[in-house]
Amino acid sequence: MDTKYMNPYLAGFLLGLVLLATIFITGRGLGASGAIKSIVVATVDGIASKHAEGSHFYGTYVGPGKDNPMKSWLVFEIFGVLIGGFVSGLASDRMKFVTEAGPRIRPKLRWLFAAIGGALFGIGAQFARGCTSGAALSGMAVLSTAGFITMIAIFGTGYAVAYFARKLWI
Amino acid sequence: MGPFVPELISDQLNLVVALVLGIAFGAVLEQAGFSSSRRLAGVFYGYDFTVLRVFFTATVTAMSGVLLLGYFGLLDTEAIFVNPTWLVPAIVGGIIMGIGFVLGGYCPGTSVCAAAIGKIDAMFFIGGGLLGVFAFGELFPLYGNFYDSTSLGPIKVFDSLGMSQGLFAFLLIAVAVGAFAVTTLIEKRVNKLSAPSLEFKSRRHIAAGVGIFALGLLFIVLPDRKTSLVDKVSDPKYVASHPVIMMDADELAFRIVDREPNIRIIDLRSTDTSASLVLPGEEKIAVRDLFGKEWLPIFSQRHLKKVLVGYDESQERIAYLLLQELGYENLAVLKGGFEAFDKTILSPGPFVPTGSRWDADVKAFREKAHGDILKLIAENKNKGAKEPKKTKKVQGGC
Repeated sequence: MDTKYMNPYLAGFLLGLVLLATIFITGRGLGASGAIKSIVVATVDGIASKHAEGSHFYGTYVGPGKDNPMKSWLVFEIFGVLIGGFVSGLASDRMKFVTEAGPRIRPKLRWLFAAIGGALFGIGAQFARGCTSGAALSGMAVLSTAGFITMIAIFGTGYAVAYFARKLWI
Repeated sequence: MGPFVPELISDQLNLVVALVLGIAFGAVLEQAGFSSSRRLAGVFYGYDFTVLRVFFTATVTAMSGVLLLGYFGLLDTEAIFVNPTWLVPAIVGGIIMGIGFVLGGYCPGTSVCAAAIGKIDAMFFIGGGLLGVFAFGELFPLYGNFYDSTSLGPIKVFDSLGMSQGLFAFLLIAVAVGAFAVTTLIEKRVNKLSAPSLEFKSRRHIAAGVGIFALGLLFIVLPDRKTSLVDKVSDPKYVASHPVIMMDADELAFRIVDREPNIRIIDLRSTDTSASLVLPGEEKIAVRDLFGKEWLPIFSQRHLKKVLVGYDESQERIAYLLLQELGYENLAVLKGGFEAFDKTILSPGPFVPTGSRWDADVKAFREKAHGDILKLIAENKNKGAKEPKKTKKVQGGC
């Protein structure tokens, strides 16, 4: 087991401070899935703008008088996450092209399940108006009911289905 | 007083702030080990509870910070974004994400962080995420109604559970500390030799647990700042020992008729503009809203005389002392409350001579003011009642 990582409580404390600074300075929390949504909305708008403007889902974000969906807070924040993760990985010597998987699964299958998991997160985050960062973590920090419900649903389900997916990890 | 968006930080600058905060976010996630899917998935199999420790510690830290900053008046907690609740969609979305977490081994934020250091599985996860959102968008009409159902607005969890904010904060901390202890034991049992928790120096961790538990206890006894300040200035002893500057109905009427520019009437009665009469040029603010950032531009102007008008004088006195406690100057209380103003100027009974030699002048003034002010009120009504001023709330969410 890798022991080079930071003490999790210290990391959690620092993460909490970053989130607190975000709330204190900007009045909003951190997020991630919103940036993925912005990329999709911008792409659809770029390829078929009439289709995007006519859609109830994309239409909320694009159309005359609206800013480019890429010019959003979360897109810039996620770009920062990419830089921050890169710098941290560089500093701790963890830069490596590698596929991480449980001992009983081949990389290609792992890629497939990673993509399925990503797709489910993409869909679920739309219903819940955010993912683990935007809905659960940030929502809980401001004591939003939605934050706690989403967190319990994510982790509760995770434990409920973990047994069936055990070959992927252990 | 935070937050600094939108007043101090423009929308453009806010994007730079987003980038900087994102860098910090990404670096902390990576250092915590969230760039490893095996580590993340470990929380579901008991071999590695890093996720739970980081996640819970971050939640407790940020929540405690928000509560403390709010208590000390450094953060306007009414202005920050509270994720609104769509009850059933939140549960369904959470369930879908829970399955996605176990299958994919990441969540969106951690996948970006992992992809940044070269994890190929994380790149597939992000690709899947993009396709997932696209599929959701294309099929939106199928579940558009469900998506918008059970909308409850920005409700708070302690209200939903019917308890005080402080008690909830304490319980959350207690659950977190309990979970830290239990999962450490599970982790040691599952791994036997090399659990991450075996690296801990337990004495120090127990001390930290006790410390954070004490903080939780503090939250129970710590009333929120608004309640404690309002209680303080409502105390009869405090009211009696703090004299206030008075303005009587005649003087207020004179200043209104005179269209005196350096006066601002703060109406503490109902904020519903249709329910109570609107005096010319007044602002309607409920006592508890006096704390809000949106009124700072008015209250902080020293040359403006802020005349407090309430149902009665005691309500005005409380607001006066509260504003004084908040550091504002040049305040006045309308003598006798709105009722006195109403009886003297707006709908006066027969004039009661006081025997003073100014009686005739006073009577004439009041009659003239009565007409003028009613005219001003009518004019205001025709213009359409001024909507209660609200500054733009911060927008957030994913």
